Amino acid sequence: MTQSSENTRKRNERYDKYVKAVTPQSSVWRSLWRAFFVGGLTCILAQGFADLYRWVFPSWTADMVGNLTSVTVISLAILLTGLGIFDKIAKVGGAGSFLPITGFANAMASASMEFKSEGLIFGTSAKMFSVVGPVIVNGVVWSTVAGLIHFVIGFFM
Amino acid sequence: MKILHRGENCHFVPAFSQEIVRESVRDIPSAGAVLHSGIRRGRQTFIFDDPPKIVGRWTVSGKKEGAGPVGQYIHSVYRDPKMGEKNFEMAEIDMLREAVDGAIKAGGYLPEDIDLFIAGDLLNQITTSSYVARELNIPYMGMYSACSTSSESLATAAFLINAGYIETAACATVSHFATAERQYRFPLEYGCQRPPYSQWTVTGAGCALLSKAGKGPAVTAATLGKVVDYGANDIGNMGAAMAPAAMDTLAAHFFETGTTPADYDLILTGDLGKLGSDILRELMRERGYPLLQNYIDCGTLIYASDQDVYQGGSGCGCSATVLNSFILEKMEAGQYKSVLLAATGALMSPQSCYQGETIPCISHAVVIRAGEA
Repeated sequence: MTQSSENTRKRNERYDKYVKAVTPQSSVWRSLWRAFFVGGLTCILAQGFADLYRWVFPSWTADMVGNLTSVTVISLAILLTGLGIFDKIAKVGGAGSFLPITGFANAMASASMEFKSEGLIFGTSAKMFSVVGPVIVNGVVWSTVAGLIHFVIGFFM
Repeated sequence: MKILHRGENCHFVPAFSQEIVRESVRDIPSAGAVLHSGIRRGRQTFIFDDPPKIVGRWTVSGKKEGAGPVGQYIHSVYRDPKMGEKNFEMAEIDMLREAVDGAIKAGGYLPEDIDLFIAGDLLNQITTSSYVARELNIPYMGMYSACSTSSESLATAAFLINAGYIETAACATVSHFATAERQYRFPLEYGCQRPPYSQWTVTGAGCALLSKAGKGPAVTAATLGKVVDYGANDIGNMGAAMAPAAMDTLAAHFFETGTTPADYDLILTGDLGKLGSDILRELMRERGYPLLQNYIDCGTLIYASDQDVYQGGSGCGCSATVLNSFILEKMEAGQYKSVLLAATGALMSPQSCYQGETIPCISHAVVIRAGEA
């Protein structure tokens, strides 16, 4: 029995090595370049909105302009998700499109659209965070950890 | 279009020693088809003495499949993925319903003439099939064997008809891209990149009507597969996970029936995709049954290479659609005389994969011959 399971393990290892060797991988440099390009474009667009708001409302504080800019790009991302365009951008952009705030908006909007068919409570509300849940949980957990470290260090400084 | 995988001319690293291969061939206990309590069978292969015929067939597909190479053979193609329904699940039910109705009509039968309805799909609790059965008023057997459901249902129907328990059976399978994505992966509009080794779930339904009487290509033998697991655990790389199962069943079939790949006009696998079928070729070569030019995978057949599906189609609708449209039409026209279909299925769930389990796979094969009396 042990002999045969040892053989199976060896066979699986060999198969795994073989599969890894023949499976096509996407080119890292091309992915990086595309992510940089799409992510960069998103930032340029947001900066454009920020400049526009600053020009239209000169009395606003930098915080206010920043907030309104975020709201604008989030709305835009949700709109593009609803129109079925965002996933096409993301296909090219990869990390460049899901890392910024727009990616978060897309993940929430797409999940709530997808599960609309199960109703507003058990569908949309329950599943809205199915994709972004881990982001929120880890965001809260690690910022708490960071806060604690900051607090402890504060005692000695 | 960049060629992702170079196929036959790849210089694969030699992965298996001949020693392992010889040992695994020895593993198959019974040699050749033997007479076993009156039924011609090997350990896994069953040969039917009164082979049931495929007397009716119907296929339904989405727009993307309709635009593919076999699109012109598909009976009805829908542009709207929701087919005018409220959600994709209902569209899937409509597709299966239409395939079943179409096949029964094409065979010249009425629903009350059908003795058994065997169906399967990819959704949890195979709801699509059961909801279609709810409307049909035909005795129903739900079947789940992931993407190999199509050949498993054909084999089951053939067993029952050959044994004389029933006269006619409708075997249907369906899959839908949107419902499968939602169940196994991410929301549709979620912006994520697919790896170059991924496959695209076919939106399609196919139904074959098997009957003891009548004329048509006959299901002459079936080889039931064993669950094979080579330790693959990448849920995105289904072809690599399923190829060993196809190899196992095909090798058992050739061994037990005493045939070779050259004895068939066409050898089909269900949905291994480009990468998976290249791996299968390599595995079969090492197993001593090299596949020839007559081998093709339904997943690579259903989409054109410029349709942006990476390795090709997947899902249990894939082999059902291709078989019931293109393949059987060509068989009826006399172009292919004997076809060996080995549909492959990956029997995991997203949960089992997140829990660190590897992917158990299975493949069932059926032999379809044209012009058998």
